[in-house]
Amino acid sequence: MSMTITEKILAQHAGLDEVVPGQLITAKLDLVLANDVTGPVAIQEFAKFGTDTVFDKTKVALVPDHFAPNKDILSAEQCKVMRDFARKQEIKHYFEVGQMGIEHCLLPEQGLTLPGDLIIGADSHTCTYGAVGAFATGVGSTDLAAGLATGEAWFRVPESMKFIFHGTNFQKWVGGKDLILYLIGKLGVDGARYRAMEFTGEGISALSMDNRFTMCNMAIEAGAKNGIIAPDEKTFAYLEGRARRSYPLNYSDNDAKYVDVQEFNVADIPLQVSYPHSPENAKSIQEASGIKIDQVVIGSCTNGRLEDLRIAADVLRGKKVHPEIRLLVFPGTQTIMREAMREGIIDTLIEAGAAVSTPTCGPCLGGHMGILAKGERAVSTTNRNFVGRMGHVESEVYLANPAVAAASAVKGQITHPEEVA
Amino acid sequence: MGKAWKFGHDIDTDVILPARYLNKSTPEHLAAHCMEDAGTTFAQDVKAGDIMVGGKNFGCGSSREHAPIAIKACGITVVIAESFARIFYRNALNIGLPIMECPEAVAGISPGDEVVVDLATGTIENRTTNKQYQARSFPPFMQDLIRAGGLIPYVEGRKKNA
Ligand code: SF4
Repeated sequence: MSMTITEKILAQHAGLDEVVPGQLITAKLDLVLANDVTGPVAIQEFAKFGTDTVFDKTKVALVPDHFAPNKDILSAEQCKVMRDFARKQEIKHYFEVGQMGIEHCLLPEQGLTLPGDLIIGADSHTCTYGAVGAFATGVGSTDLAAGLATGEAWFRVPESMKFIFHGTNFQKWVGGKDLILYLIGKLGVDGARYRAMEFTGEGISALSMDNRFTMCNMAIEAGAKNGIIAPDEKTFAYLEGRARRSYPLNYSDNDAKYVDVQEFNVADIPLQVSYPHSPENAKSIQEASGIKIDQVVIGSCTNGRLEDLRIAADVLRGKKVHPEIRLLVFPGTQTIMREAMREGIIDTLIEAGAAVSTPTCGPCLGGHMGILAKGERAVSTTNRNFVGRMGHVESEVYLANPAVAAASAVKGQITHPEEVA
Repeated sequence: MGKAWKFGHDIDTDVILPARYLNKSTPEHLAAHCMEDAGTTFAQDVKAGDIMVGGKNFGCGSSREHAPIAIKACGITVVIAESFARIFYRNALNIGLPIMECPEAVAGISPGDEVVVDLATGTIENRTTNKQYQARSFPPFMQDLIRAGGLIPYVEGRKKNA
């Protein structure tokens, strides 16, 4: 029977020859992830399973990133719960401050997420790993606890939607962030609810891995269970030197079934800005341009990778951040930070007036390191702009790509990168 | 019987339980801040036995289980919505917070209405308007999970029977 890439991965892990959408399966897990917010709850639930050890200490990743480095005493206690558990269980992939990064930048970089893998993470943006051709999805702490104990999880096989991006003639400065914001604008925040989003076409092949991570990262913002891109030469090049185990290659059959197929031409997609308070409020930069802002955030699991920082530095080189703007930059991982230092990116950013932080989720979820006051507005390269997401309930977040964010930091208002180039 | 608290579409987990309270996970702490950013007195005025009603895509956003835990710890006995976001749906069942999908009931319930639900049959009765609704039934596997009271008792039960 013909299947999609998502269906094939699920079938393999359930020990079945085939699966169909709607089917409930129990599948084996290749990686189980938690962070300092969801981990402690999962660890508490894990204790109730009556088992002393995790199913496989080499297949668990624990990353303190949300409120780490510890933002206050309560956060310190939570991080400690996870650290103590990691030590006691001898968890191989526990990343202490100094090694850690934002989980969805870190795990692919460490070669822990490979094509064909089945991954659950107690974090909704676990869907990021679809960019290397894995089936990866977010779950809550109880599902995670069950995964830690048994190495298995139950799934309802999702219907698949296919999004074909034709052409390679991108408008200048347009990247994966714009494609996905544009798509969420069309679909709405529940347009792909319970479904698999498969991204394909020449436009996707032309995207770098960093841009592909950005796209799969935001599949959840359309309500999807997972986002996925079939592995290709770029994927293999990215995995070279990272992957420490062999991996199967899965591709959707030509006659695989999709509940929906939508086609776009990348040339038609302009720079996007998503207005508060929903990622689906995507508009073209022309409409948004001129909106006054107070803060700019560049980073997160969506746009905190090397290429994102490079683009921001390209826009900011030789310029100064507007005197009324705070520009905060959060590299995704320590490795990204070092690379950015080597390339002179960090220096360019600081020279322009940016505050550059150690990797952390920080302001992305209104945690720490850059909370918004009442009435303040931010342009952010993160993935969510819900009410109160970055601080006060009466603050506002506009989502955009790193070039738009950097240009806006220079002008003090939402700005097309061409205007400062 | 409980009083209905009604909210709109796309109620996200940041509204249900803002991230600034995620540095502690006790049910009492979470309940105290439930729906705080929705601009209501919900957390102060909710009574044990009340029900929550939402529009489409209820619980979208993050995977924080703190959200359904907060709702349950407030004393809410069931959430009725037009539809639920995927992770919230799993989390609610996993922690034993009953949820029901029923667009007709959502349309027919106003804030403050007295509502009675029968989880076993899926019937929802609005005692204020004297109207009855039928929620969509869960697949058998999920009915077992709900009956067991969540994922952990369910898995334990399966281990015993294995
Ligand atoms: S950077 Fe933001 S969206 Fe990404 S994992 Fe951290 S809090 Fe979540």
